[in-house]
Amino acid sequence: MKKKGFSYAKWGYIFAAPFMIAFAIFMLYPVIYTLFIGFTDMKGMIPDSVHILEDPLGNFKSILSDALFKKSLGNTFKMWIWNFIPQIGLALLLAAWFTNDRMKLKGKGFFKVIFYMPNIITAATVAMLFYSLFSYPKGPINDILIATGVLKESYNFAVDGKAAQMTVAFIQFWMWYGYTMIVLISGILGISPDIFEAADIDGASGFQKFIYVTLPNLKTIMLFTLVTSLIGGLQMFDIPKLYLDGGPSDATRTAQIFIYKKAFSGAYMYNEAAAASIILFLIIAVFAAILFYMLRDKDEAALHKIIKAQEKAYKKKMKEQEGK
Amino acid sequence: MKKGRTGQSPIGTALVYVLCILLTILSIFPFWTMLMNATRSTYEIQERAVALLPSTYFMNNLNILLGKAFNPWRGFMNSMIVAGCATLLAVYFSTLTAYAIVIYDWKLKRAFFTFIMAVMMIPQTVVTIGFYQMIYKVGLQNNFLPLILPSIAASSTVFFMKQYMEPSLSKEIIQSARIDGAGEFFTFNRIALPIMKPAIATQGIFCFVNTWNALFMPMVLLTKKEMYTMPIMVSLLKGDIYRTEYGSIYLGLTLTVLPLFVVYFLLSKYIIAGVALGSVKG
Repeated sequence: MKKKGFSYAKWGYIFAAPFMIAFAIFMLYPVIYTLFIGFTDMKGMIPDSVHILEDPLGNFKSILSDALFKKSLGNTFKMWIWNFIPQIGLALLLAAWFTNDRMKLKGKGFFKVIFYMPNIITAATVAMLFYSLFSYPKGPINDILIATGVLKESYNFAVDGKAAQMTVAFIQFWMWYGYTMIVLISGILGISPDIFEAADIDGASGFQKFIYVTLPNLKTIMLFTLVTSLIGGLQMFDIPKLYLDGGPSDATRTAQIFIYKKAFSGAYMYNEAAAASIILFLIIAVFAAILFYMLRDKDEAALHKIIKAQEKAYKKKMKEQEGK
Repeated sequence: MKKGRTGQSPIGTALVYVLCILLTILSIFPFWTMLMNATRSTYEIQERAVALLPSTYFMNNLNILLGKAFNPWRGFMNSMIVAGCATLLAVYFSTLTAYAIVIYDWKLKRAFFTFIMAVMMIPQTVVTIGFYQMIYKVGLQNNFLPLILPSIAASSTVFFMKQYMEPSLSKEIIQSARIDGAGEFFTFNRIALPIMKPAIATQGIFCFVNTWNALFMPMVLLTKKEMYTMPIMVSLLKGDIYRTEYGSIYLGLTLTVLPLFVVYFLLSKYIIAGVALGSVKG
């Protein structure tokens, strides 16, 4: 009987095999291939014989000295930050209200459904929709701004770089704050009610509880939100691509649009596009590593939890074996 | 003093409602304008771009829309094929992989799970160029397979399935199935899969929506118009052919989001719950 666990081990490998095979073909190989292309002279719509460059880092050097790449990277950061700061701020505020029992807000379920809705709609469609809403000289947004007296005459949002960047950031914000809010709500609901009770007994106000109880306990989940948003945000593509195709004069060109255009238009520079994507990957990895490092020290509690759970599992195992 | 602590001030609560209502309008306004303008003529839209009520030009807009390159039915079918197949593969194989981790004891199991978590962090961008060149070499561009098959290795779905399976699938059930002489695949298909139904439903929705909405890879790989999925179809609306047909553009956009609205409002309860469980990668 005891040997049974051992004889079933091969099924673990068999059941995990499809994942491993698909991963090897569709992810591992492409990643290695991308890396390889980054060192070669692969270009042209139909690349013929491909060679490693005499200066293997040539593509990386030319990308790093490419002003347009730097600009694209800067745009990406700008638009991500302008979307993320208001997004996390509003999401926190709403999450605090929605989890505040004293407020007795009605219609929370309805608001959640409505706030999350834009997130599920195809980003391509959303970008096109906003393109139509912002149309010039006559368009819904211009009409409203004139009617409310904000503007005197129609404004062409599509030719102003700053306005275009703000619009892209706003669309991202609009699509994602509902998601972040729901994640934060579940984070707040996961905080032990004992801590809140203790704060109540100490006579803490709602605001004090938010600052001293909710926020410190949300650190982990907020870092998680930050990391995932950063990884997604640095690869921003759909919205700026379909909104103004990276324009006007490259103001909304993101790193990912840069890579796309390098590889699939003009001179079809697959090699430089690959180098650019590796650089983007390294930037993302460095940021993610920094954030995870920040998480590490402050997460001793979580570590203890894991150790305890493992101890429990171990004890259970021992018991099971005794039972046999 | 005490009152302020036990009850919320009515003004504060009112402000919260006002903000929530403003945000509701912000969420709905773009889609409402889209729906209304889909039924209005170019002339009406140019006169007044915002309308709260529909007009009568729906059929007219539809005829103009369908008379040109935009083919919503094709896009819908193509997206259905890609998203449907990818979702089936993702949920089945992710559950299978999670089962391998939860049920069996094998040497590399722990390393494998850590590896899956690491894979979740790999950004798509570093896969793209190599993937495209690989597909190009084997001549599978303008084919749905390269968009469907990679979902067999959906790391975030595996992660979620594993988290869900651990507390809900007891090893005792599996043991007793074995004693009854059931094979391992049979046990998985007939016992584990049904228990995993709620998790499969949640993950299925997200896989479906994500593949349905994907733009980058389909845009790179599908160059034939009759292969276009919905999100690429959308980009056709921006072309010169619809330049002044505002009503038709809004109608085209409406048709691309209609399926998502239906899915969302039927399943919003599960979707919100799924997001709360941290199942979606942003």
